[in-house]
Amino acid sequence: MIHAAVEILLAEDNPSDVELTLRTLKRSNLLNTVHVARDGEEALDFLFCRGPHAGRDFAAPKVVLLDLKLPKVDGIEVLEAIRADERTRLLPVVILTSSREQADVTSSYKLGVNSYIQKPVDFEQFQETIRQLGLYWLVVNQPPSEG
Amino acid sequence: MLVSAAALVLASGAFTAYTWLTFRAAMVEQLSVQARIIAFNSASALLFNDPVSAQKTLGALGASPSIVDAAIYDNGGGVFARYWRGRKSLIKAFPQISKSQTEAHWYTHGELSLARRIEPQGKPLGVVLIRCELGELTTRLEGYAAITAAVLAACLGAAVLISAGVHRSVSVPVIRLAETARLVSRDKNYSLRAAATGSRDELDFLIQSFNGMLEEIQQRDASLQKAHDELERRVEERTGLLHAANKELEAFSYSVSHDLRAPLRHISGFSKILAEENRDQLNADGRHYLARIEEGARNMGRLVDDLLSMGRISRQEVVRRPADLNLLWQEAWERLQPEFEGRKIEWRIGALPAAECDPGLIKLVFTNLLSNAVKYTRRRECAVIEAGQITVDGEDVIFVRDNGAGFDQKYAHKLFGVFQRLHREEDFEGAGVGLATVQRIIHKHGGRIWAEGKVECGAAFFFTLVPRKPSRPKPANSVSS
Ligand SMILES: Nc1ncnc2c1ncn2[C@@H]1O[C@H](COP(=O)(O)OP(=O)(O)O)[C@@H](O)[C@H]1O
Ligand SMILES: [Mg+2]
Repeated sequence: MIHAAVEILLAEDNPSDVELTLRTLKRSNLLNTVHVARDGEEALDFLFCRGPHAGRDFAAPKVVLLDLKLPKVDGIEVLEAIRADERTRLLPVVILTSSREQADVTSSYKLGVNSYIQKPVDFEQFQETIRQLGLYWLVVNQPPSEG
Repeated sequence: MLVSAAALVLASGAFTAYTWLTFRAAMVEQLSVQARIIAFNSASALLFNDPVSAQKTLGALGASPSIVDAAIYDNGGGVFARYWRGRKSLIKAFPQISKSQTEAHWYTHGELSLARRIEPQGKPLGVVLIRCELGELTTRLEGYAAITAAVLAACLGAAVLISAGVHRSVSVPVIRLAETARLVSRDKNYSLRAAATGSRDELDFLIQSFNGMLEEIQQRDASLQKAHDELERRVEERTGLLHAANKELEAFSYSVSHDLRAPLRHISGFSKILAEENRDQLNADGRHYLARIEEGARNMGRLVDDLLSMGRISRQEVVRRPADLNLLWQEAWERLQPEFEGRKIEWRIGALPAAECDPGLIKLVFTNLLSNAVKYTRRRECAVIEAGQITVDGEDVIFVRDNGAGFDQKYAHKLFGVFQRLHREEDFEGAGVGLATVQRIIHKHGGRIWAEGKVECGAAFFFTLVPRKPSRPKPANSVSS
């Protein structure tokens, strides 16, 4: 299956965070359908089938895990673009970030983020959080039906 | 002006009335004298029934041009003799004089009549009646009235002239001065000036003093404004700098919050993975070191979090509103409940006051003090934690006291420094940021905080929420070298 539908789009620039997140997802048996975008621009290109992803048929993932501090286009801007597009207006987006600045939390919720999760320093907590996230958005939650 | 006119009119009215009255009295007196003379001269004529001689006596009245006619009646009421001027006398009726009087007078149609008994040595012989016209009186009265009117007019004219003069030279400048004063106080325009009168009188002096005062006020106003502007400019400048510094600090803590925590997470994460996946390749020492690495990362994570929250609180504005401290304490207590669940603690909580404060921040104060009290009484079989309000030197002081590990009073001043701890990490974990945060909050409220402690006996923390009222001045520092 080369073109298995992508279920999780992970937008994260830090390689260590990517590695730790992927490992956790793998441990939770959720790895097979993750696409990693290393900056905001790539994340949007992937989502909307532009640039290097021009050939892809549009198919929204089940959830986007979005870091706030991303090169080129930051997380808030990515979220804005997602909410502005009719096709992805209802796409579940989870902000996953180191920041616990109130300003970030507020602007994320204003833009209609589905959850805002601060990555815990403690790895066990981190693992647990990621596992819960994956389970909730991929297994428990029914994706919004396309209208 | 009106008043003086009224006074003049009244005075001349009174004068005219007075003249009229005295004239009438004089007329009556004059007639009376003539009646008496006639009565005297005609007594014998009546006695001897000699009308011709009586007629003659009456004829003497021709000397008085105002006398219209006169008559002498005998006792029977018949006309004994008569005199008249011009047209025929109208006298017909015998004049009635009341019994008690010898003489009577009355007025009719601009004429005055006077009757007098003729009774030499008390023996009544008849009555003499004289009538005179009041034309003379009227003429003289008119003369007087004319004079009075002329005087009145002259006086009024003079009054009008004088008051106009006063109006021009006093009232107008005073009114203008008052108007200027009104405008100045309404518009706060100190560049206005009252117009000078040009004359060198007291009024001009007053106006000049007033203008001088305005000049002075204007100058002071200008220098005050200048000082104010300068101050404003400086405040703006400083505020700008402060804002810039604050922005920088915010950016700094933002990036700390993002960037410092990430590597910590990686250290923690990878050492965890190492411990999990390569457990067998590691000996006991290796596993111990790994555990240390993890612990270090965790501690640093907590430190970063504490520092960030303290920085946030330091930058936060105190927003005062009325709050019930009992409620804030209660909320802090409930939030910390998981920390002391299962422990035996005796709570002695007195009534706390209502206060104007930032409720969120004061709750944080209570949370920190309470969390310390709970933490440092951990080794007590039965912990006692008290809170309440006392009055010290007239100041309301809130306190939190416990019977825990306490501290050496010698180091009490160090408690509130960032990262300053008086206990070892092995005994009581902590970062040493809590009390520093508490002190910042209290200082932002203008209050003070201090602590008392004794090793293994307990600790007490006291704070106020408002600046101390200025009382006796502090003695100057007397330490000399
Ligand atoms: N209730 C208390 N009893 C004894 N010591 C205390 C108490 N509260 C604070 N301290 C001392 O003050 C120090 C600073 O307190 P704090 O700033 O809250 O830091 P932390 O509690 O994280 O150590 C503590 O390390 C402790 O030594
Ligand atoms: Mg503490």
